[in-house]
Amino acid sequence: MARVLPLADAIAEVVRDGDVVALEGFTHLIPFAAGHEVLRQGRRDLELVRMTPDLLYDQMVGVGAAARLVFSYGGNPGVGSLHRFRDAVEHGWPRPLAIEEHSHAGMAARYAAGASDLPFGVLRGYAGTDLEARTNVSRIACPFTGESLAAVPALRPDVVIVHAQESDRRGNVQLWGIPGVQKEAVLAASRSLVTVERIVERLEPRPGGVVLPGWAIDVVAEAPGGSQPSYAAGITVRDNDGYREWDRIARDRSVFLAWMEEHVFAGPSPYRDLTGTPDAPIEVVR
Amino acid sequence: MSPEPATVGEIQTIVAARRLRTAKVVFIGVGKPSTAAILAREIHHPELVLVYESGTIGAKPRRVPLSIGDGELAETADAVVSVPEMFAYWVQPGRIDVAFLGAAQIDRHANLNSTVIGDYDTPRTRLPGAGGAPEIASGCGEVVVIVPHDRRTLVERLDFVTTVGHGDGHDEHGTPRSDFDRQALGLRGRGPTAVITDLAVLEPDPVTRELVLTQLLPGATVEQAREATGWPLRIADAVEAIHPPTDHELTALRELVAR
Repeated sequence: MARVLPLADAIAEVVRDGDVVALEGFTHLIPFAAGHEVLRQGRRDLELVRMTPDLLYDQMVGVGAAARLVFSYGGNPGVGSLHRFRDAVEHGWPRPLAIEEHSHAGMAARYAAGASDLPFGVLRGYAGTDLEARTNVSRIACPFTGESLAAVPALRPDVVIVHAQESDRRGNVQLWGIPGVQKEAVLAASRSLVTVERIVERLEPRPGGVVLPGWAIDVVAEAPGGSQPSYAAGITVRDNDGYREWDRIARDRSVFLAWMEEHVFAGPSPYRDLTGTPDAPIEVVR
Repeated sequence: MSPEPATVGEIQTIVAARRLRTAKVVFIGVGKPSTAAILAREIHHPELVLVYESGTIGAKPRRVPLSIGDGELAETADAVVSVPEMFAYWVQPGRIDVAFLGAAQIDRHANLNSTVIGDYDTPRTRLPGAGGAPEIASGCGEVVVIVPHDRRTLVERLDFVTTVGHGDGHDEHGTPRSDFDRQALGLRGRGPTAVITDLAVLEPDPVTRELVLTQLLPGATVEQAREATGWPLRIADAVEAIHPPTDHELTALRELVAR
């Protein structure tokens, strides 16, 4: 059974300096509150893993918390560049960032292999691309047909953190809407933390709901509004203006640092103040 | 009253939408491809199935989403699946007819770069990276590329091959010039069948697979297209003039973008 802890205690328990950490969520349910708490606790030298680094890893890379980044698409979706990620790769600011990049299909296969406790994932992929020479992929022959396939090593992060809509008091978690790669990531992890919008007495089945049993998770923490400016379907909406505005903030090193100081290091909630108590309905932002 | 004249970007989007008359299922990213596919559903192909990388299959957005993961896509979808399922069960087996892709660079055989400008280890510009493109382009039935027409984009040589188009192409007998070839690499889909720029439509020669200018957008000239291409661009014997956007297409597009 997962233990339900306050967010700060949860992060202190699961994340250590130098860990391989994956905060997942494919556009939807990105665990911003948890990532910010990792930064506030001063964790360093992390190997950050995420299919789409998004604003959250732009922030984490930009303050120098990461030594290495494993990813498949490092852009601000629909807006453009992640400027802090680019500054780190192009100029080594604020510190050099080692990278390992894959395709989405490759990363998805790596998480699925990790969740299955297999040494590698297999797919038709990478063939003919320059990625083959630059990343961790190998070709294998199918033992039955001889077809040449791509093998990618399983991902087994030290820590996986995801965000979901609800858990009950025993730490059973339910998420719905775009499910991304969260289930595979949690099951691939050595230690797992799920932050949730709210803790309820009983989970009500939802269409398309993905349920993670509490006994398969280590820690659950309540973090209302914890995926903003991403969103939690049915509870919050994606703050598209926040994504557009990030382009301006992240372009300039000093504007970025001032923003992080004010909105992340000085306080617990940089985006919308969605306050709620367990079991109370949370305002639906429309 | 007739609408204001179409901008080049609007024409490009409408030309892309027209390509979606017969496809059953289209895979789309954000930006122009998404706008074009939503427009196609609204004006001439209501049965068109839109698939977004975020796992939303059969999404019916009424507005143009900013990201592939906007809530409206999931709320209106026939099915919402995980990322591993999207690539393993839907893209890889070839269940999707057409994919729209963009790129920072494209070469004469429609290979694409969305990874880096300059050297990989000391990049001049670090781009977002592959995302779903390599496997989308190998698994889907065909690929339509949408790019701006300029010498920064249409280049003699890619700085990085993120996504394989038609490799090194074929000689005049249709024999691959090298092992950098779709069939030799085991890629299943037909690869890029059209490149829609803001000046023209380029299509691969059926024998050599080299891109050939086959259609001009309204107002564009062959000379402009040649000038804006980073290799000596081949021109079809008979270049077709693309019909300008109709008032119906233009009004529908503007309504859609304004929502």
